[in-house]
Formats: sequence, C-alpha cells, structure tokens
Amino acid sequence: MAKKGWDEFEIGAMLRTFDGKIDDIAGTRQEDRAYSQNSSYTASVADWRLIKPVFNKDYCIDCQFCWIYCPDVSIVSRDKKLIGVDMDHCKGCGICVEVCPTNPKSLLMFPEQADEETEIANWPKKDEGEA
Amino acid sequence: MAFQKMELKDIEVWDGNRAAAQALRQAQVDVVAAYPITPSTPIVEGYAQFTADGYVEGEFVMVESEHAAMSACIGAAAAGGRVATATSSQGLALMSETLYQASGMRLPIVLNLVNRALASPLNVNGDHSDMYMIRDSGWIQFDAYCPQEVYDLNLMAFKVSEDHDIRLPVIVNQDGFMTSHTAQGVRPLSDDEAYAFVGEYNPMNDMLDFEHPVTHGVQTEEDWHFEHKARQHNDLMTKAMPKILEVFADFEKQTGRKYNPVEKYDMDDADVCVVCMGSSVETAREVASEMRANGIKAGVVGLRVVRPIPFFEIADALKDVKAIAALDRSSPNGAAGMLFNEIAGALFNTNTKALLSGYVYGLGGRDLTKAHLVALYNELQANADAGKVTTQLQQFIGVRGPKLAFL
Repeated sequence: MAKKGWDEFEIGAMLRTFDGKIDDIAGTRQEDRAYSQNSSYTASVADWRLIKPVFNKDYCIDCQFCWIYCPDVSIVSRDKKLIGVDMDHCKGCGICVEVCPTNPKSLLMFPEQADEETEIANWPKKDEGEA
Repeated sequence: MAFQKMELKDIEVWDGNRAAAQALRQAQVDVVAAYPITPSTPIVEGYAQFTADGYVEGEFVMVESEHAAMSACIGAAAAGGRVATATSSQGLALMSETLYQASGMRLPIVLNLVNRALASPLNVNGDHSDMYMIRDSGWIQFDAYCPQEVYDLNLMAFKVSEDHDIRLPVIVNQDGFMTSHTAQGVRPLSDDEAYAFVGEYNPMNDMLDFEHPVTHGVQTEEDWHFEHKARQHNDLMTKAMPKILEVFADFEKQTGRKYNPVEKYDMDDADVCVVCMGSSVETAREVASEMRANGIKAGVVGLRVVRPIPFFEIADALKDVKAIAALDRSSPNGAAGMLFNEIAGALFNTNTKALLSGYVYGLGGRDLTKAHLVALYNELQANADAGKVTTQLQQFIGVRGPKLAFL
C-alpha cells in the first residue's frame, strides 16, 4: 500500500471495508464484493499457518459444522455444500477438524508442505471401533 | 418529537451541575453512559431523571466503571449518536486510557469534568489535578468559572466537537463544589433556542450507516501511527481555535454573552496581573478592582480554552504587564507548574520584560481567600518596582507550616 502523508487520509483511526456504497451485501458472495484494500479480506495471512486442513469431499456430509465453527470464516460453502478452505485466511487452528462428525473425518490437519493429493490418497479408513 | 419541553424562567437558580444537566437535556443528547462520582454525580443523575420523565429522547447507560463509561460513550459516538458524560478525579483517572482512544478516533463527545483533587490522600474537593492530568490527551478543554458559563460552554462544546472539520471530543471543566454545588442565577435559552443553536446531530463515518461499513479503532504501528497523531495535532493547532472563535461569536450574537480563549479583566493598563482558572478567576477579579482603588494597577487573565492552548493570545494579553503570577491549582510534583510553563513558553521569544513567578494554591479544596490575593498583588507590585522577581519563582499559598518556596 502506498505510504500516504499525514494530510492524505480520512480522520480517525478508521478504515472502510468496501470501496464506495454497498447494497445487498448479504446476497453478494465474498468474491463478488468490492472489498477495499483496507479490508482484511484482501490481505493474506497464510504465513501465520504451520499446519493446514486438507478437505476430503468423499466423506463430507455437508453438515456445515466446520463452516459455523471456523473463527476466520475460512470454510467456503456454496449452496450449503462445502467446496474448500480459503487458504489466504485459514490460520491452521484445527477447529474444523475437531468438530467434523464423520468417520473418518472429512478434514484432517497436515504439515503446511504436505501434498494434498497424496494425503487424500492415503486417507485413514473408517474406525470400526467407533460407536 | 417524543419528548416534552420544559418551561424555563428568564433566570433559573442552578448550580453548575444542574446547569450542565439542563444543557445536556436541551441538546437532546442521545446517549449518556456514566459511573457517577462526587462532585459530578448530579449531572448524570439529572440527565437520567430528565430521560425517565420524558424530557429527553435518549438513553442513560449504567456501566461498571468509568473506563466502561467512556468506552460506551466511544461506542455510541462511533455508532453515530450525540454523546455526553460527566466525571471527576479518580473517575477521570480510570477513564484516562479511553480518553486517548476517543480523541484519536476523532469522536465528538462532551465530557463535563467537575474538577476534584486526585488521591492520595483521598479528597472529594476541588482542585485542578484532574484537568492537568489529561491535558495531553487530545481533547479540547474549556474552563467555566461559574454555573452560567458551565451552561453556555456545554451548548458551545457540542457545536465545536461535532463539526466535521473538528471531530474532537471536548471537556468542559468546572470547580468541584465551588461551582458545581453553588447555586447562582443562570439565564438559560429556551429549549427551542438552545436546540436550534446546537443544531441537529450530523453523523460522520457512523457505524449505523450500513451502506458504508467502517472499522473504528484500528491498530497502526511505526508505518502509520505518527501520521495519525500528526493529523490530530495539526487539526487541534489550526482548525480547533478558528471554530471555537466562530462558535463563541455565534453565541454572543444570540445571547450577548461574550467568550474569549483568554479572558482579560482590567488588563488594558495593568502593571501586575494574576493568571488563573476556575472560580479563582472571579475572586481575583474582585480583589483586582479593590487593588486599583488602592493605586495598584491590577488585572486578571483567566484561561477559557485550556486546549488548544491560546499561545499567541496569552502572549498578547501579558506582554505589556510588568509582573505576572501564574496560579497553578495542582501540585506540579517536581516541576514549575503548567500555567507557569505555558506562559513562559508563550512569552519567551517576545520582547516582553515581564517578570513571571509561579504559585501553587488551593489543593484539595483549600480556599484561595481575598487576603491571599491582596498579599499576592502586593508581592507582584514589589517585583515590578524592583525590576526583578524578589521572591523564589515558585511559592505555595495557604499551606500550613514553614513557608515553601523553590526555584
């Protein structure tokens, strides 16, 4: 972001989330919203993450638990179907994995450098001992 | 409108607290969040009563501390409401963190600060310790010497604070008990006149504007912080005073009551003068007139606007005086005193030959008597006659025990 002089910004410790006026924000998908450069949506914090969630859609029942519990709104859901994780904002907390009710889980945590396709290919089998 | 108007007489008998509460009612303040503290309690109590009785369409928010009180005021101001509160002393001390938040966030809030000593030892009476403590907090500060001025300055405070070029919170100071609890005749405006003077609240960057979402109270580090602070200081130094003068002039037009950043009394030909604040200004004026009857050309300078400091107006008022006394009603605790320093700073690069001495007085509600001021004027005249300060630069007035003098 360009470094402005003291007289070049709006007064107050205040930032605008969107460029210009917005309407029907609830009906507009994140990727279609005019987020300003000041919005955290446009800033990647991926480098905060040490471990990452990998999503295996084969086991997902679209219960939306992960979507509800994610503290960073990083579970991307469309028409109540989980389609992936926003890796620019996910900080690797693992809450989505913790709340996932399927057996095996549909989300698991792996080291940041792990290859997604390999991990999905080696996904754990159903735990028959679990009630 | 969903509230009743109040019939007021031409002259009402109000103390400073009642005058402030009535001004908050007439300004139709939307939110008062407060944690009542002596001697400011009747201000927020009054607003709460007016709200309960249907005279204000607003909200009184009870909170668990003064820190929470100012935090709630900040939230309400960021949301886009007209906001005010009141506190004193320890309450202000607990609020101090959030005072800096309010001014940095450029939120218009009017705080009635009923000046009271700071512990320890605990004391509920008037001195200016609390006013002095937060003088660098970025708030505009007015000082009232009597209930009429409390009322007037409250109405004017909203107009200055809420202006979109200013957007800085304003403190209206009054002396604890001496002003806050002393009933005097006050000439109020009618409800309609007062509201017309203050004007409709015009929100700016308010959080309830859902079409323009904003984040208030952001964090900045070494890359942005300095620019924000510079902007705030610039606006205090260049925009606040012209706006204050404009509002003072508007108020004079409407009421005939004239306010100045520096209030001069008998200063045109004064040889000696006292510079002070609060109710002491009125005592000093009375004594100055009596000194003139005795052949001493005495004057009084009262500071009306404490922040932004009227730097050049102070220099202009004092440059032709021979001897000046700066009266600080707060223990400088290891320094010369705020008024002493401000006056010295304002005069230093001028050609004045004025002699400046400082006095610490009135701590914890100790009276400043007329006898004290007579002795003080005589001492100033002796300085003027000798052409030098004949005492030490800092003395204590009215304290028991061996004489205290420093510097």
